[in-house]
Parts: sequence; structure tokens; C-alpha cells
Amino acid sequence: MSLWQKLACVILALVLCGSVAANWLAPAGYAKQYREATDAPPSRAHWLGTDEMGRDRFARVLYGTRISLLLAPAAALLSTLMAALIGGLAGYLGGIWARMAMAVTDLFLSLPWLFLLITARALMPLNVSPLISVMVTFMLLGLLGWTTAARVLCTTAASLRGSDFVRQAQAAGLPAQRLFWVHVVPNLKPVLYAQFWISIPVFILSEANLGILGLGVAEPMPSWGSLLKELEGLVSIGEEPWKFVPLILLVVVVTSFQVLLSKQEEMAA
Amino acid sequence: MRRHKSGFEQMTNTCGTAISVAMLCLGFLLGHAVAQGGGELRFCLRTEPKTFDPLKVEDDASASIRYLTGGVLVRVNRQTQDLEPGLAVSWKVSKDGRQISFRLRSGILFSDGTPFSAEDVAYTVQQLMDPALHSPTGDAFRSGTGNVETNVVSPSQIVITFPAQVAGLDRLFDQVAILSQRSSKKEMAVLGPFMVADYKPGSSVLLKRNPNYWKTDEQGRKLPYLDSIHLDIQPNRDVELLRFKRGELDLINSLDSEYFDKLAATSPQVVHDAGASLDSEQLWFNEVAKSPIPNYKKNWFRSASFRRAISEAINREDLSRVVFHGHAQPAVGPFSPANKFWFNSKLKPQPYSSDAALKALQDEGFRMENGTLKDKDGNEVVFSIITNSGNKYRERMAVLIQDDLQKIGIRVNVVTLDFPSLIERMTQTFDYEAIILGLTNVDLDPNGEMNVWLSSSENHQWNPQQKAPETAWEAEIDRLMRAQASSSDPKKRKEAFDRVQEIVVEQEPFIFLINKNALSAVSAAVQGAAPMILSPQTFWNAERLFVGTK
Amino acid sequence: MRSLRWKIAGHVLALVATVLLGGLLSATLVRLAPGFDTDERELDPHLSAESVQALRDARHQDHNVFRFYFSYMKRAMTGDLGTSLALGQPVRTLLRDRAPLTLRLLAIGLALAWLLTLTLALSAAWLRLSVFDTLTTAASGTFLCIPAAVLALLSVFWNAPGALAIALIVFPHTYRYARNLLVKAYSRPHIITARAKGLGEARILFWHVVPVVTPQLLAVAGVSVSMAVGAAIPVEALCGLAGIGQLAWQAALARDLPLLVNITVLVTLVTLLANSSADVIGHVVRSQEV
Repeated sequence: MSLWQKLACVILALVLCGSVAANWLAPAGYAKQYREATDAPPSRAHWLGTDEMGRDRFARVLYGTRISLLLAPAAALLSTLMAALIGGLAGYLGGIWARMAMAVTDLFLSLPWLFLLITARALMPLNVSPLISVMVTFMLLGLLGWTTAARVLCTTAASLRGSDFVRQAQAAGLPAQRLFWVHVVPNLKPVLYAQFWISIPVFILSEANLGILGLGVAEPMPSWGSLLKELEGLVSIGEEPWKFVPLILLVVVVTSFQVLLSKQEEMAA
Repeated sequence: MRRHKSGFEQMTNTCGTAISVAMLCLGFLLGHAVAQGGGELRFCLRTEPKTFDPLKVEDDASASIRYLTGGVLVRVNRQTQDLEPGLAVSWKVSKDGRQISFRLRSGILFSDGTPFSAEDVAYTVQQLMDPALHSPTGDAFRSGTGNVETNVVSPSQIVITFPAQVAGLDRLFDQVAILSQRSSKKEMAVLGPFMVADYKPGSSVLLKRNPNYWKTDEQGRKLPYLDSIHLDIQPNRDVELLRFKRGELDLINSLDSEYFDKLAATSPQVVHDAGASLDSEQLWFNEVAKSPIPNYKKNWFRSASFRRAISEAINREDLSRVVFHGHAQPAVGPFSPANKFWFNSKLKPQPYSSDAALKALQDEGFRMENGTLKDKDGNEVVFSIITNSGNKYRERMAVLIQDDLQKIGIRVNVVTLDFPSLIERMTQTFDYEAIILGLTNVDLDPNGEMNVWLSSSENHQWNPQQKAPETAWEAEIDRLMRAQASSSDPKKRKEAFDRVQEIVVEQEPFIFLINKNALSAVSAAVQGAAPMILSPQTFWNAERLFVGTK
Repeated sequence: MRSLRWKIAGHVLALVATVLLGGLLSATLVRLAPGFDTDERELDPHLSAESVQALRDARHQDHNVFRFYFSYMKRAMTGDLGTSLALGQPVRTLLRDRAPLTLRLLAIGLALAWLLTLTLALSAAWLRLSVFDTLTTAASGTFLCIPAAVLALLSVFWNAPGALAIALIVFPHTYRYARNLLVKAYSRPHIITARAKGLGEARILFWHVVPVVTPQLLAVAGVSVSMAVGAAIPVEALCGLAGIGQLAWQAALARDLPLLVNITVLVTLVTLLANSSADVIGHVVRSQEV
């Protein structure tokens, strides 16, 4: 284990402990409004200051971590699996299958999915619990986010199909199913890893953007996405640096994960 | 006219600056010969103007352009709120309120040189009252069925007769920009201080001074002073503020309270808080009988004491202080105190008290169980508040209200929806429980809100299109609104509408939350600005503004 | 010769069918989404009941998606793409006026993104330094974590061109794929052997790496066009650029069916062309390699 990986390990452990122990660490609940101290700078009482409604930002970061860190990777995994299945199989089978799968993928890339999400919100009751709403949102993101990777995977699998070692394995009488899992899928790993890592922050941000449609985390619950959205109103950069803490934390966590798992990624590569 | 803006304006900026500096020097030398010298005023339109036809105006951006380009017979002075002569030197409304006669100024030309006469007024009114037009400006005049008669007595005199009485008839002409009957340029020939010179869809509108504008200042100098107005189409408020700070814009109309404080911190002389505006923000419950919500919830929402208790449990002071940084006033009733004549001054701000609210609910049979409020049948009191996404002030108000109501054991779910989805729930499916929205008031007269208060109308949002009034108080409001509309005695009208305001405050079909202040920013370069609460706040006196020296 | 002609005809037919299907599906999505029948203007209290009804009737004629789509296609044959509901102008004029700006924005944005991607990814594969790798991972991760709207705002703030914002939105996506693909290509046994034998870096790159990764990188390039199109929406809307992205956003908010269908058809066409050409070129490269 390299120094970087040890560091990553420590950071992730800290973040994990922090989010689990939010109840004890945070000075107040994530919804508690200090209406006398809104939009306050960091102080002893509020380590990261307060938001527009006087809620402690540190508490919101800790609680937000729980939701985002649990659900975003799950959705990323879902989208990666779908990409592997659709892209990998299509490329491996080739011919008409590949062409049809890629036509569907291209359609998926160009349709205005916004309207599907608006419809999804309309189908849910207004008084839905915030947790269910956010789970549905991440599931939808996972179901819609596979397209890019699928396209690249299809090409990769197609080139594998023509490669010598697969032909040799076929000649040796290896069953198609086994061939797919043993020889094709491992070679798709670089793309699958890329898809997985890109999806996590992208989904975290998308969840916040879907808030405008009434999907995603409902007030007063926090999520990393909604914390990052605070940055949008920041006209003058540098005046309130503490507002960047959620962004920095997210970057650090995502990078730590990548560094920690780079061994596996490297081996796959 | 439609040309395209280069995508690389930002890349070529330094080069552009150099050129414009050179141009500026050149312009300085030639300035006296070519232009009036009042400079160029620059500000933003928040949306694409949908039309340049003054009769079809329905959005803010088009209304701004109409205000700057259109010549009107009479003008409401945005400062005094009084009616002043425009193209008409005098006017008279008949006793029965159906007829108005105007004496017009003579010797006036449209921007393209076509002469103006009473024929043009007749033409404009006929176009405006065309039943197929469906414009808010025209509909405001529609009080009964039948045709409008225009009688041109002489080139400078006209009598207009409506099929039925129109309350506040003369003031409505403030919105009617006169078109030319004969000009080949149609609606682009104008009588106002400015005219549209260039339009780049999606990016900007350029107005130039109308050389034929009739008005002069006290020294006999031709108005307007400004040479041109450059309007950028920019929906994003952050970008607008950024560009104002950089000196690329001169005005910001209806500035956000958050930005007001940010600007005030660095340059307090540019921001203006004109006090409470006419606009209100309100919360209301769904009282529609056929709505697809559970019956026990309908019973809560249709009970006036429930609505009153909710209203009492909302801390309006905090809404104004926290959400609007103090740049809003707790609302008293349907009309803002800023409406000098029509506001019922007997009404007082509603006190905030969770304890009193809880007590009132308990008197109605609600009870508190482990911090949760339940109705007399044991149903937990939970409801959702929807509001339109993208309006952070409404979202924040909803979150504060959620917290306020938590104190009396009510659980509120806040849901933001995109505007079309919200409108569908509000006007067609009635699938909602409570809404926070705002009402933008353009005119001072209560007749402008006829369709809000009449129980039979579409915009009677809490329970629209009632065949017959479902409650006694709604029947009473109907009667009073009709009575004030059919009277031409201002005192009687005021009495009737005062009573309407009292009933609304008593029954709380709309729970009025706050009246936003009219905030604006005007750069130091602009001379003569005096921002007002009435729209268009900062440029209501555009003809007398100038940038730099006259 | 004849079979080739048939093959090309078949491909073109499939392309046209996909584009048309895209249009129909998007029309259906828009039609089924709530709020299709509504118009913000209904809320104006000055409007009479008749005027509100007239507003609703105007939308009502597009109620049947299939009928709408059929008549749209019929008119499209004659070059009439319909009239925008929200802006009241012919869709053809709107698209024609705004396309050049968006095309330039996308072209420069993508070029910048790929320049950055290939430079960094190749360096990562060559250097194989964990410090460099961690740093580039963190840098691309940072851009991935910043909301697109914030990047667009920053570009306004610093007076940077919108194309740069597009590049910074697209780059972290393409970088991750390119880096992984290149690292994998360089770790293949025969390249390690070639390196050990002292073969020149340029020779390794062009003889052994490029042929292997090109088809896959091309596939990423094809998809990056769709990413850039998606990024153009917030960038154009915030930077005040009157392009198709800004138009798409206005159309979505107003449920402007005629405009949305045309934009989807256009986007589908661009996506298909980008991806198909990536496929075809990749195929040619691969067949040359074999």
C-alpha cells in the first residue's frame, strides 16, 4: 500500500466516522434554524457558518454525506452494470444486435429525459417521504445514465470479438457464456471503472438539479448536491471561502476512493 | 432586422475595448453634431420580449418596451400615482362610466413622420377591442357584451363609448399605446420617447430616441435626453449583478434582496429601497370540492378557523427578516399599504403566536399527541406545500413555514415543481394541498383583480369557477366587487372594497405573507433617476434620464 | 458494387428511421408530461374567461401526438417546420439564426476538451507516476464536482469564452476514459517488452498503441458530442449566448412542442452522425490493423 493509499484510507475513514457519528458531532440537527444568525461566517458555535436560513452548515455536511455517499455509488453501480450488459453483450454478439443496441443508445443520448422525470414526479404523491423520493431519484439516474459507457463498451467488445485469443478460445470449444464472463468482461474493466467513478459525482449533482422538479432530497433534509448548489449564487469568489468546503470535501472523497482502488483499476488495465 | 450576434464576443473583448475607446474619442469630437448627447442607458430584460405589438403585450419584457416606445393618451405618474395628460390634453368620463371623450394634442408626428390624429386613436381602440385579440390590455376594458363605438368628432377630438360601464376607465388608458392607422411600418411607428432600432433575438434590443417625440423639458429642450437604450436579454440574476458591478449595466429593476445587501456593502449610493411594493406573496389551501385529496383534509382546508390558526402560527416578521433580509413588510391583507388610495388603513398586521394558534386548533377539536397534531378523527395533520422551483425566496419561505408549523405539531412537506406542472395542478387537476405563490400587481385599481375575487372566475385560485358562491362570505365579496365596479363614485367604491379587504383578512382564503420592497440599483453615471414602487421602477422617467452630462 | 449500394441505402434508411423515431418519442414525452396543456399567461387576472379558453384551445389542437407528428412530418417535407408556441416565430428561422453560434461553441469546446484530455492522458500513461496520476485525478474530479451552472457563471465572471466552460464540463468525462484505455494499452505485455528492448516512444505510440485504442477513443469522442450538446444548455443560458441550447431550455420550460420536436430531431441527427462516423472510422482502423 502506497503512502497515497494510506492517506486516502484515513480520509475515507474520517468521513465515514463523521457521517455515522453526525448525531454526536454536529452542534445541532440539520434542520435547526438559528434565525438570529443567518448566512453567518464560521464561528466557534458554527464551524462552517450557517446557511441562508440559519442552519448549521457543518451539521448539514455531515448528514448530507450519509445520503449522498450511500445512494450515489449504488446508482453508479446500477448504471455501470446496465452499461456492461447492454454495451458488452451487443458488441460481443455483433451484427444486427450491435446495430440495434447502438441505435437505442443513440436515441437515449438525444431524447429530452427531463420530461420523463417531470412525469415521474407527477406519478408520485406529494406527501411522499423524503427518503423514498431520493431513492427513486437515484434509481432513475442509474437507469438513465448508462449510455456513454455502453457505446464505448460496445466498441471494445467488438474489437475483442475479432481478437486472436477469443478466436482461439472459441476454437478450443469454450462455451459462449463462459467466454463472455472470463475473457470479455475483464477486458471491459477500464471502461467500467471510468463509468463508475464519473457517475458518482455526476449523480450527486444531478440529484440536486432534479430538486427543481420536486424530485430528490426534500427540505429540510440536506444532500451534497443541495450544498453544492449554494455555490451557484456566489457572485464574488473568495469572499466566503467556507462555502467551498462541501465542494472540497466531495472532491477529496471521490479522489480518495479512486486512489484507494487504483490498484484494482491498474490490475484491470 | 434579425441579425446574429457573434459567439466570440468574449474572446474578442480586449480588441473590442480598444476599438470602443477609439470610437469614444471620435464620438466625443463629433458628439455635438450628431447626437443629443444624453448617452446610452443599458439594462437587462429578464425574458425574451414576446411581441413589439403594444396591444398584445402580456409579459414584463414586452411591457417594458411598450412603456419606453408607446405614446399614451394619459399617463399614471409613477411618483404621485395621479393621472396626467399625455397625447390627450384633457379628458372626461361620462356619469354612467360608459363613455370617455379625449381632446388631443395637435401637430404630433409618429416616429416615421406619419401625422397623428383622432383617427389613429379610433383605429387603436377598435383593434384593441377585437374579440379575437385575447390580450390582457383589451380584456381589462371588457365589462359587457356588445361593440365599442368610436366617434371621431374632429381630428383632435374623439368620444369612445363602451357597451357597459368600465370602472376606473380613464386610468386603463395608461396601458394603451396608440398605433398609426396609416403608417406602413405598423406597430414599429411609435409616439413614445424611444423606438425599436434593432432586435437580436435571444440577446438584445436596441432602442433609439424618437426624433419626433412631442415632449420638451422646462427649458424647452426636446426630450428624451438619452440617445439610446440598450436592453440585454438575460434571465440570470447572478450574471445581471455581475455585469452591473463591472459597470456594463446602469440599472437593475426589482433587485433581489440578497443582492441588495451585497451591493450596499460595497457601494451604498447605488442601491434604492423604495419601501413596500404592490406585490404580495401568499399561501393558500385547496378548497375545491371535487379535488382528489382526502375528505378529512378538505374539511381542514375549508374551515376558516383552521386557516386562521395556520396564519397565526406563521412568523411573518421572520419571513421578512430572514428570507428578504428585512427588505419586505409583513403583509396585512390583499392590498399593500403602498397602494395609497385603496389600502384599508383600519387593518393591522396579524400577530404571531404559536400558542394562540394551537389553542384555537384545540378549540376546534384538534389535539396534540407526542408532539404530533391530530384532528378529532385521529388523522395526523400533514400536508404538502408546493411552490415553483427557481424562486429561492418562495422555497425559503416554505422552509421557514415548515419549521413554524412544526412547533404546533403539523408536519409540512415542501415540494418545488416546475411552473407548468404547478399550473396544471393548480388550475386543472386541483391535485395539491397548499401553494405559495405571489401576485404581481401592476395597477392600483381593485378592478384589475376582479377575476381574482369573483367566485365564478378562473383566477379565484383557492376554489375557481364556482357555479354559485359556495360560502356566504364569497357571495358577499362577489356582491361588493360588483357594486364597486358599477359605481363611479370613488368614495362608494372605496367603502365596498374596504369591506372586501376586511372579509379576506377574516376568512383568509389567501394567507397573505409579505409585501416585497421595491428594490433597485442605479449606477452613479445615471442622472435624474428616482426609483419608485410602481413598475417600471427605475426607468419610469426614462425620457428625463441621462448618462454622463446632458 | 450493387451490394455496397444496398448496404449504404440500408444504413441511411436506418438512420432516417431512428431520427424520426426520436422525434416521435420526444413528442410523446412532452405530451405526456404534466403541464402540457397549461400556459403561464392563464394566471393573468386581466384576461377574460374567453381569452383563457382561447389559450387552452391553442394547445388543444396538438393533443393527439400521432396526429400532430404526422402533420408535422407532412409539413416538414415542404420545408415548413412549424411555428414556435412560446416565441411565435417559425422554427426554421429560429434554428437557422441560432445554429452557427452553437456549432462554433461546440466545435471549439470539444477541440479544447480533447486537447486537454489527450495531453493529460498520454502523460499519465507515459509517466506512470502516482503523484501525477493523483493530481490529474483530483483536477478532473474537481471539475466533475462543480455544477455546470457554476462553471458557466465562472466563465462570465472571468470573461472567459463559453467554449472554455464547455471544454471544462466535457473534459473530466473524456479524460477518465482516455486515461484508463491508454494505461491499459501501455501495460500490454508486448509493449512492455518493446520498451525493454529500447524501442522509441514515438514508434511504440504510433505502431502499437494508436491502432489498439483508436476505435475506443473514437467511440468516446462520438459520445462526447452528446455531452457537449448537454453542456451547451446551461452555458448558453447563463452566458447570454443566443444559440440552440438557450432555445432548448426556453422551449422545455414553455412545453413548446413544435420547437422541442425539431430540436430533438436535430440533436438525434447530430448524435447519430457523430457516433456512426466514429464507428465507421473505428472499423476502418481495425480492419487495417488486421
